[in-house]
Amino acid sequence: MSTPIIETRNLHKWYSGVHALKGVSLTVQKGEALGLVGDNGAGKSTLINILSGLHRQDEGEVIVEGSQVDIRNPKDSMRLGIETIYQYNSMVPLMTISRNVFIGREPLKWSIGGIGILNEKKMREDSVKAIADVDLHLRSPDALVGELSGGQRQGVAIARAMHFKSKVMILDEPTNHLSVKETAKVIGFVKGLKAQGVTSIFISHNMHHVFACCDRIVAMALGQIVLDKPAAETSIEEVSELL
Amino acid sequence: MRRLFKLALQKPELASTLLLVLLVLLFQIRSNAVFLSVDNIRGILGLLPETALVAVGVTLLMICGEFDLSVGSIFALMPMTMAVLVVGGWPFWFAVLVGLGLCAVIGFLNGWITIRFEIPSFITTLGMLFMARSMTVVVSGGFPPRIKPGEVPNWIFTGFLDQGGLIRASVLWFAGAALIVSFLLSRTNFGNWVRATGGFLPAAAAMGIPSGRVKIACFMICSVLAGFAGMIQSLRLNSFLPSIGEGMELQAVASAVIGGTSLSGGIGSILGGLIGATLIRVIDNGMVMSQIDANWFKFAVGALTIFAVVGNAWLRRRGRAMKVETEK
Repeated sequence: MSTPIIETRNLHKWYSGVHALKGVSLTVQKGEALGLVGDNGAGKSTLINILSGLHRQDEGEVIVEGSQVDIRNPKDSMRLGIETIYQYNSMVPLMTISRNVFIGREPLKWSIGGIGILNEKKMREDSVKAIADVDLHLRSPDALVGELSGGQRQGVAIARAMHFKSKVMILDEPTNHLSVKETAKVIGFVKGLKAQGVTSIFISHNMHHVFACCDRIVAMALGQIVLDKPAAETSIEEVSELL
Repeated sequence: MRRLFKLALQKPELASTLLLVLLVLLFQIRSNAVFLSVDNIRGILGLLPETALVAVGVTLLMICGEFDLSVGSIFALMPMTMAVLVVGGWPFWFAVLVGLGLCAVIGFLNGWITIRFEIPSFITTLGMLFMARSMTVVVSGGFPPRIKPGEVPNWIFTGFLDQGGLIRASVLWFAGAALIVSFLLSRTNFGNWVRATGGFLPAAAAMGIPSGRVKIACFMICSVLAGFAGMIQSLRLNSFLPSIGEGMELQAVASAVIGGTSLSGGIGSILGGLIGATLIRVIDNGMVMSQIDANWFKFAVGALTIFAVVGNAWLRRRGRAMKVETEK
C-alpha cells in the first residue's frame, strides 16, 4: 500500500482533566473519501481540530505524506495542504465572496513584512474562476457571504480549498441545518472532490449523508475509534449500534 | 441603477451623510446664513481635526471588534509628557517621539491585557482611562508646564496654511492620517484581517489570521492617534492642561456609531467615523449659531446617536431585502 496522505499515531488530548482522545491511530489514503461519524463528545471535532491546527495534541504523532509534522496553527495545516471547512466558522458573513476566498492568503501587489496592498483584480478574477470550477453559480464575487444560502457557503469554502490546491479537505458537519436540496448539493461537491483525486474527511452525525459519498467509515465513541471499515462492508445499522 | 441603489443603501455611512446635509441646511437657515460663513467654518475646522483624529482610531478599533475608553486620558497624557520634557530641556522632536511612544505602549498594554486575560476591552480601557488621567496629573507635578510662544514649532501642526486664515496645518495632518488609516483598512491585507477579526472571530482564527496581533496593532494605532490629536489641541491653545479630553472617549464612540460603525465589529468605515465627528461638531457649533440653549448639546448628540443607529440598521435591512436579479 502507498504512503498514507495523513496518519495519526496514538493521539491523546485532555481538556481540563477530560480525556477527549484516547490513543487515536488513523490512516487516510490519497484520494480516499473517509467518513468520520460519532455522537457528541466522541472526539471527532478534537481530532479534526488537531489536524487543522486549532488545538495541539498532548501525546502522539501526526504524519503527513510520510513525514512527522508539528501543526502549531491553522497556517501550518494549510501549508501542509490540509483545508478544513467548518459548519459555521469558514466564512465571514459581512465580507464579500472574493475577500472570503482569499482571507488570510491575499494576493498582494506589494508588501513589507507581510503587510501589503491587495491585488483586488486578481482576487475577483480568481474567485470567479474558483467558484465556476466547482460548478457553483453565484451572481457576483462582490456579494456578501451573509446573503448566500448554507449550501452556497459550503460551496464557496470548497472552491477556496480547491483554488489553493489542497490535498486533504476536512468537512466538519457540512450538511447540518441544510435543506434536502442544499444537502444534495454539498454531497455532490464531496463526490466531485473524489473525482478530482482530492482526499476528503467528511464528519457528520447523519449517517445517510456519510454513506452517500464516502469509501470508508470510521466511527468514534468516547475518544476512541470503534469501527474502521470500507463503506461497502458495513451498514448504517452496524455503525449505529456501536455509537 | 437598482443595483447601485441597493449598494448605496448598504453603505454604513449613508444615514449620517443624509443627516449631515440636513443639519447643515437647517443651521444655515436658522442662523441667518451665518453658519456657512468663512469665520464660522474657520471655527469648526480649528476643532474638527482634533476630535476627528480620535474618532478615526476608535472607528478602526471598533471595526476590529474592540473598544477604547482611555482615548480621552491619552489625549491629555501625550501633550503633558511632551511639554514636561520640553520644559526639562529635551529637544522638541525627541519629546514628541517619546510622547507618541508612550501612547503606543499604552495601546499595546490595552490590547495585550484584553487578549491575554480574555477580558472585555471595555473593562481594560476603563481601567486605563483612570490610570492615564492620574499619570497626567502626576507627570505635570500639579502645575501645568508653560512653554513660551515660539519655543516649539507650533506652526507645523496648527499654523494657518492660507492668508485668509481658514485652514490650519492640523487639517492636513488629520487628512493624511485619515487617508492612511482608510487605505490600510480598505486596500491592504491588514484591513481584510481587521474586518474578518471584528466580523467573525472564529472564522478569522480558523483561517490562520493572527487576530490577537491584529487587535493589538489597532489598539496601538488608536492610542497614537488620540495622543497626536491631544498634542495638536495643546499646541493650538499653547496650553498644557491635565483636564483636556475629558468625555472625549464617549464622543469618539458616538462619532463612530453615528457614522455607521457596528458595536459588534466588522462593519464601518473611516469616512463614516469622520462624518460622525463632523456631525457632532456641526451640532455643537450650529446650536450656538442658531441661538439654541447650548445645554441641549449632549441631548442632541445622544438623540442623534440613537437615531443614526436605528436609521443605519433600517437602511441596511432595506438594502439587503432589495432583489436586483434572480440567481441561476
